[in-house]
Amino acid sequence: MQASAQLALEVTGLRKSYGDVIAVNGLDLRIGAGQCFGLLGPNGAGKTTTIEICEGLNSPDAGTVRILGKSWDTDESWLRTRLGIQLQETQLAEKLSVFEILTLFRSFYEHGRTVDDVIDLVQLGEKRTARVNSLSGGQKQRLAVACALVGDPELLFLDEPTTGLDPQSRRQLWTVVEGLKREGRTILLTTHYMDEAERLCDNIAIVDHGTVIALGTPRELIASLGADHVIRLGVSSEAEAAHPIALSELLALPDVTGGRETAAGYELRVSSVQAVLPSLLTMAAQRNVSWSELSTHSASLEDVFVALTGRELREG
Amino acid sequence: MRLEALKQLTLARFREFIREPEAVFWTFVFPLLLAGGLAIAFRDRKQDQSIIAMVAPTAGDSAAMRINAALMHAATGDSAPIRSRTISADSINEVLRTGTSALVVVPMAGGGVEYRYDAARPEARAARQLTDDILQRANGRRDVLPIREVTVRERGSRYIDFFVPGLLGMNIMGSSIWSLAFAIVTQRNKKVLKRLAATPMSRLHYLTSFVLSRLVFLAVELAVLLGFGSLILGVPIRGSIVTLVLVAFVGAAAFGAIGLLVSSRSRTVEGVSGLTNFVMLPMWIFSGVFFSSSNFPAVIQPVVQALPLTALVNGLRAIMLQGAGLGAVLPQLAVLAAYLVVCLTVALKIFRWQ
Repeated sequence: MQASAQLALEVTGLRKSYGDVIAVNGLDLRIGAGQCFGLLGPNGAGKTTTIEICEGLNSPDAGTVRILGKSWDTDESWLRTRLGIQLQETQLAEKLSVFEILTLFRSFYEHGRTVDDVIDLVQLGEKRTARVNSLSGGQKQRLAVACALVGDPELLFLDEPTTGLDPQSRRQLWTVVEGLKREGRTILLTTHYMDEAERLCDNIAIVDHGTVIALGTPRELIASLGADHVIRLGVSSEAEAAHPIALSELLALPDVTGGRETAAGYELRVSSVQAVLPSLLTMAAQRNVSWSELSTHSASLEDVFVALTGRELREG
Repeated sequence: MRLEALKQLTLARFREFIREPEAVFWTFVFPLLLAGGLAIAFRDRKQDQSIIAMVAPTAGDSAAMRINAALMHAATGDSAPIRSRTISADSINEVLRTGTSALVVVPMAGGGVEYRYDAARPEARAARQLTDDILQRANGRRDVLPIREVTVRERGSRYIDFFVPGLLGMNIMGSSIWSLAFAIVTQRNKKVLKRLAATPMSRLHYLTSFVLSRLVFLAVELAVLLGFGSLILGVPIRGSIVTLVLVAFVGAAAFGAIGLLVSSRSRTVEGVSGLTNFVMLPMWIFSGVFFSSSNFPAVIQPVVQALPLTALVNGLRAIMLQGAGLGAVLPQLAVLAAYLVVCLTVALKIFRWQ
């Protein structure tokens, strides 16, 4: 009882199909109050369908959604006043200024923050009187987030807030989201950038083909690989033809916990780079081949996704 | 707070419109151009002359020569009832087909004439009558009944006086329906509606704001057309201007609601354009903009009278030309108010937000 009262969002057995295409296939989510929860997955994984069902803009074929303890069927008008929503492709009236748009959105809410307060929060103070059509992509996205904030929402939905933005605009938006987290707001965020999920989210559900395939904190998910690092090996095609090295040989090396073939060579998950590197170099010397590429990086959520699906996130 | 949202929505509509210079240009300039065109067409227009043609008499046919001379004589002078010219026998059909003359007079062998004209054209029948009178009198006919003619040139009974209220009604209909249909379908297409539907915004407020913003622009359109009609064309406004404005406002609100209903489902501007024309076409034909709607058969009169444009145009005409008071136009106001309420209610029910 206590636990469910603190859940901001609870989704059970969610299903949604469009014709023959199954967008969401039995998805469950539990988001505690005050969490920043990330739905991470490639394009077409069902993230947007899921978030739009949670937002009451789409209806599920099956499954239940409880938001702040209420349901869309019975408490729509109550919920509308307590949710902040940023849609994936929000287009706002081009001819209105930042201040005018926010004043308009503010007028829909009985209670909320002041427009100037929200403008400061998303760092659009300099653009207060600028028209929407003169804003950059990043500024438009921050305005879209601001529109979601004027009602002082208990639960905030951000659907791919940084997709299509340049690195600097992404970081600015991250700063905004981090500010919201400090205020203790519950946030559900979808993204297909693992660095974004890693940096912003307390908990992450990795979604693929409409279902949650892994769930946990970023640290837990990465730890589940059983590997701290990933080594990428490039094999030139001549070397490959003359002296083939099989994936199974590499996997048999000590401290290698997993791996796969890639287009250019291999990718190995290892628990210790220091222990594995000498073996790799020795093997290459014995076979008289040289690695055309040899790089290492700390294991990331991207590697978790690859380990789970055999595909890279951006391959979709 | 609730009214604050309606105010902000209406303000947003208004701002978006006035920041679109092209739209503003056409809203205010189109009625002016239309009125200017009318002024040229109707102001100080000479009494209609019938334009006729006569086939040239063959040399030596003295009877035909006399007929030709009589026509030429009658066609002389600025106030002549007819204008006549001579054509060759080969071009009779072409003249009739192209309508360059309403009537062709063909002399018959051994005296007498043949009239060729299209009896379905009123001006052709008038030309035949005039020409026949001229020729019969020139050949000795005497009218036996004494007559006296008084032609009416009084303000309020000319065609332009009839037409200006019709034009005003048509303009109110067109601008209300078009501007709303385009604005709403564009917002739907760009998913602005979806974003708004995700807020606690009252959907009635959203729809009402469109109707309200129409009324602001109506005030300007009304001033332009009425001012021009009254000052330049001399069209009378015999009734109270307050009643006139009231009828125009209720009419604009009703057509605004019709515009909302028309655009309540369409996802594309192309789709809504077809629907808009479909809705307006019957009213252009039946609602008495160009000629009185009472010309239509009694069978379809109930339908004709129930059209919102018929109510609006009849109301405006009654006030402007007959000086009707508020009481006299209550039936028209009731019809328009019914359209406003019914269309707004249905639009609210079936409106597609995504």
